[in-house]
Amino acid sequence: MTEQTISQIDTDIEDEVIPEGRWSIKDSIAPLLTFAVLLLIWEGCAIYLAIPTWLLPAPSEIAKAFIEWHGELWRHTLVTLWETLAGFALAIALAIPLAVLVVYSPFLRKCIYPLLLGLQSVPKVAIAPLLALWIGFGVLPKILVVFLVCFFPIVVATATGLSSVQPAVMDLIRSLSANQLQTFVKIRFPTAMPHIFVGLKIAITFAVIGAVIGEFVGAESGLGYLILASSSQARTPVAFAALVVLTIMSIVLYYAMEFIEKLAVPWAVGE
Amino acid sequence: MGKSQTVSFSSRESLMEESNKFLQERKRPERPTDKVVIEKLHKTYLTSSGRTVALQDVNLTIGKDEFVALVGPSGCGKSTLLRAISALIKPSKGKILIDGTPVSSPSNQVGIVFQQAVLLPWRTVLDNVLLPAEILRLNLVKARARARDLLNMVGLSGFEARYPGELSGGMQQRAAICRALIHNPSMLLMDEPFAALDALTREELGLELLRIWAAEKKTIVFVTHNISEAILLADRVVAMSPRPGRISEIISVDLPRPRALDMEFLPEFKSYSDRVRAVIGHS
Ligand SMILES: Nc1ncnc2c1ncn2[C@@H]1O[C@H](COP(=O)(O)OP(=O)(O)O)[C@@H](O)[C@H]1O
Ligand SMILES: [Mg+2]
Repeated sequence: MTEQTISQIDTDIEDEVIPEGRWSIKDSIAPLLTFAVLLLIWEGCAIYLAIPTWLLPAPSEIAKAFIEWHGELWRHTLVTLWETLAGFALAIALAIPLAVLVVYSPFLRKCIYPLLLGLQSVPKVAIAPLLALWIGFGVLPKILVVFLVCFFPIVVATATGLSSVQPAVMDLIRSLSANQLQTFVKIRFPTAMPHIFVGLKIAITFAVIGAVIGEFVGAESGLGYLILASSSQARTPVAFAALVVLTIMSIVLYYAMEFIEKLAVPWAVGE
Repeated sequence: MGKSQTVSFSSRESLMEESNKFLQERKRPERPTDKVVIEKLHKTYLTSSGRTVALQDVNLTIGKDEFVALVGPSGCGKSTLLRAISALIKPSKGKILIDGTPVSSPSNQVGIVFQQAVLLPWRTVLDNVLLPAEILRLNLVKARARARDLLNMVGLSGFEARYPGELSGGMQQRAAICRALIHNPSMLLMDEPFAALDALTREELGLELLRIWAAEKKTIVFVTHNISEAILLADRVVAMSPRPGRISEIISVDLPRPRALDMEFLPEFKSYSDRVRAVIGHS
């Protein structure tokens, strides 16, 4: 936080054309170096203490697993990615309209909103086995788990955003006798956009976890399945490789959301 | 209308006499051109903690193209009165006529400026100014030309494509004034529009507002708690007092137009502000 502020001040002074919050190599060197040193220590410990590979593989073993298993890894990655994105998209498609209904209809708000907030506290992990029981072991139950974990943050964020129009703006718009559609399109929805993106960024990190949980319960493919299968067969390096891919997937998806956010709501980014 | 005549007063009594005479004089020819007539207006808010009488028996007539300032300590019902005139709230009792017709719903003959500029951060300055034109479905080609003229008038030409976040508070408020004027309303309601600005910007914008008012005649109701600002800008200063909110006195300001900042040093100015201060009850 402080580092970012300082670098922003620097760019303001040096050159106003450079956009703030710019990714700079200088800032990433320190964490990368730290990471490299940790890997080296890990490698060193694994060799020096002769830890068995099935218990804790050295980084070099994991790298080897990457090379040998890259085809398999890729296949399972695509499955998990598909489940994640499909569930996420489904959640967006249903959560945003529902939030609009909840905000616009006092009746629905009274009926649904407390229920939604209650349902949000149900541990979605616990629903995964039930879904498997009801719909089987295909891709669909995983998509549904992802949908469930993404749905609530998006509904809540959207409803909050739609209700966060400043009173003075509402007065302004009422003084012009704007109709509901104009108010929604020109004021409410744009006001809600930054909030919606907060919800989407929370949801996308949950989404990957949701997919993996779905796969843990019962699956024939996906990175979660690969981790489970590999560790049960003592192919621990492959499990680690899958874990690395999952981490990277999470990070990439999060930053993709952030990128889309920057394009969609440039006025709210960097506040 | 006697706006250009200067009268010097020797004492507070003669000042009151003069201003009363002035009021009588302007009342007669102005009767047919009353812009706003407020009669026996009451407003009571009901809250969980009880009732607040925000306005009690408010009677006020505002002439066409008149500049009226409402002054008074905070909580005396200035915003409530303004919101009632703009039909954003319904009065509990009494009536408000604009151009002879009772006010029931917001009218596009009114432009509103608040203490905060409340520009939409996702719209450029030009698009913010155009918002009322879009909502009222005016001809956007003409509106765009008018928006540019207005922005030019307040010294914002060249900033049309900027976003509000890139502007200073004073510039944002200038844009908000342009937005209130875009649909050429006959009346401008301003609720402490310059209260959030620093003293220099506030004075600058006050004079700018007078220039706009001179260029396109409008009825202006200007809420402020700054007595000097009220006297410098207005034809009449309506002094209000709280608990319950009511009008305690109406003071005609007979300073020549165009007004200038150095008029604050005139003895008349001082006697006006002494009088307002005495009425409002703090010095
Ligand atoms: N929406 C409201 N609900 C309840 N009380 C209100 C409301 N708006 C204003 N009031 C009360 O009415 C009185 C007058 O308020 P207001 O018109 O805002 O005064 P001013 O603008 O002069 O500061 C205050 O006591 C205030 O607390
Ligand atoms: Mg107020």
